Amino acid sequence: MENRYFNPKVELLNKEELKDLQLKRLKAVLNKVYRRVPHYRKKFEEAGVKPRNLKTLEDIKAFPFTTKEDLFVDYPFGLLAEPLEKIVRLHTSSGTTGKPKALFFSKRDIWAQAELIARALVMTGASSRDILQNSMTYGLFTGALVMHYGAELLGMLVIPAGPGNTERQIELMQTFGTTCLHMTPSYALYVASVIQSKGLSPKRDLQLKRVYLGAEPYSEETRQKIEEMLGVDVFNCYGLSEMGGPGVGFECPAKNGLHIWEDAFLVEIVNPETGEWVKEGEVGELVLTSLNRTAMPLIRYRTRDLTRFITEPCPCGRTHVKIARILGRTDDMFIIKGVNIFPQQIEAVLMSIKGVAQNYQIILEGYDEMTVRVEIDREFFDGRLERLLALKNEITEKLRQAIMVRPKVELVEPGTLPVSEGKAKRVIDKRTL
Amino acid sequence: MKIKQISVFLENKKGRLYEALKALADAGVNIRALSIADTSDFGILRMIVNNPEGAKKALEDAGFTTKISSVIAVAVKDRPGGLAEVLKILYDGDINVEYVYAFVEKSGEEALVVLRTNNLDKTIDLLKSAGIKLLDSSAVENL
Repeated sequence: MENRYFNPKVELLNKEELKDLQLKRLKAVLNKVYRRVPHYRKKFEEAGVKPRNLKTLEDIKAFPFTTKEDLFVDYPFGLLAEPLEKIVRLHTSSGTTGKPKALFFSKRDIWAQAELIARALVMTGASSRDILQNSMTYGLFTGALVMHYGAELLGMLVIPAGPGNTERQIELMQTFGTTCLHMTPSYALYVASVIQSKGLSPKRDLQLKRVYLGAEPYSEETRQKIEEMLGVDVFNCYGLSEMGGPGVGFECPAKNGLHIWEDAFLVEIVNPETGEWVKEGEVGELVLTSLNRTAMPLIRYRTRDLTRFITEPCPCGRTHVKIARILGRTDDMFIIKGVNIFPQQIEAVLMSIKGVAQNYQIILEGYDEMTVRVEIDREFFDGRLERLLALKNEITEKLRQAIMVRPKVELVEPGTLPVSEGKAKRVIDKRTL
Repeated sequence: MKIKQISVFLENKKGRLYEALKALADAGVNIRALSIADTSDFGILRMIVNNPEGAKKALEDAGFTTKISSVIAVAVKDRPGGLAEVLKILYDGDINVEYVYAFVEKSGEEALVVLRTNNLDKTIDLLKSAGIKLLDSSAVENL
């Protein structure tokens, strides 16, 4: 494995130096929000803490969390730590209800986040010789624009394709020799299936090398499926608009967890119920503090994303902390018959079974009944009923083992479940409680 | 002596059978024999048609999942015990019948059935040596 770095000085800092840098920046950011953001001053006062109380990184535990709800206090400009004239960009993040979260960037924030992306792209083996087709949504969503700036900072040729219009996506890949793609996993599966159905051979007809997938959680099995279908390396990419968009966490070629750039973020994992730090290696909610943002730094932001720390040193040489792929959202979780279930657990099982196509849907209805609708693979159908019944039993049994609840499984025709070109809607909850 | 059967995966969804048959009608495909094996949420439509490849194309163009496989068309005497006589031969020959269904039309004085077993070649040998009449694909297409 060839190791190249965009900013080796920071990427290879030893743990101690990294902690010193974090402490210095954490003190500065706490001071800044205490002085400049009335809502933070109020929250700190209510919690009985002052920035000068923080002597070590661990002292952060005494400071209050920031939640989604805090973003709507003094909306939209209330959390700014810089005057409006210093702000150059707005991004929003759609909530499921009501107003969108409003996130602001200064000029410095834009390029600082771009650097995080550039580091990550180099980490995956990309260079200025690569051509990135950016198929995320351009606009208020951070996904496309922030990646775009990072790729340009590295010097890649960026094709701002945006999502959708799959025929044109494939034409762009063929015409311009796209080597890297950035899209959502559900759309990548769809694009890969269209490429297959057109009879194109990725190895022969396309130049693809790497696919960056983000904006939705997905399983290891989905990664492998896309890697096989397109003959590429798939890298998991994690971000959230509140923390500047994509590039917060990124996989290296070890493909075993995502590095979070600790010069930019203070990373905690807490029990979603109690807010206490979980034991190292245990699953909990990711909590991030922005250490290097000027316009709208957030302190101990509850991401609602579930993950765990990976503590083994990384073969890539980077010292920055690693987290496991996102295992779910604290709010995606649903409870059936008293059991907590994440859609990703179900996806992981389905993708490991031969005969299952890409799409599935989870329907919750009645008195806590779960139906999993699964598209069968066209190639799998051989006209025999027994084979389909065996597949259905295999799915039911493997799901029961994985989630401890026996779901009803329905096999459906390929291509009949909705394919989302953005964030996939996999769970339909029709329960009336 | 094997003939082609087309199987279609069908979700239990209102209008789905109609849509399959409409696709065949539009393509001018004539159905000779038909059966449905179903479960609570899906089924398999099996047909003998005058033009299996044309039927497959028409169905796949309409988004259906299909498979062409081999079966045997057997002429049985159209009287009580006619089919039982054939099945006895297979039973004695240790052949398992996966499914059987009837043609719409008769061939002269004989009823026609579609037969699928766990060993088609052996089935053909057994039935032939017992003097049972089997139809080949051209005979089926020209019914």
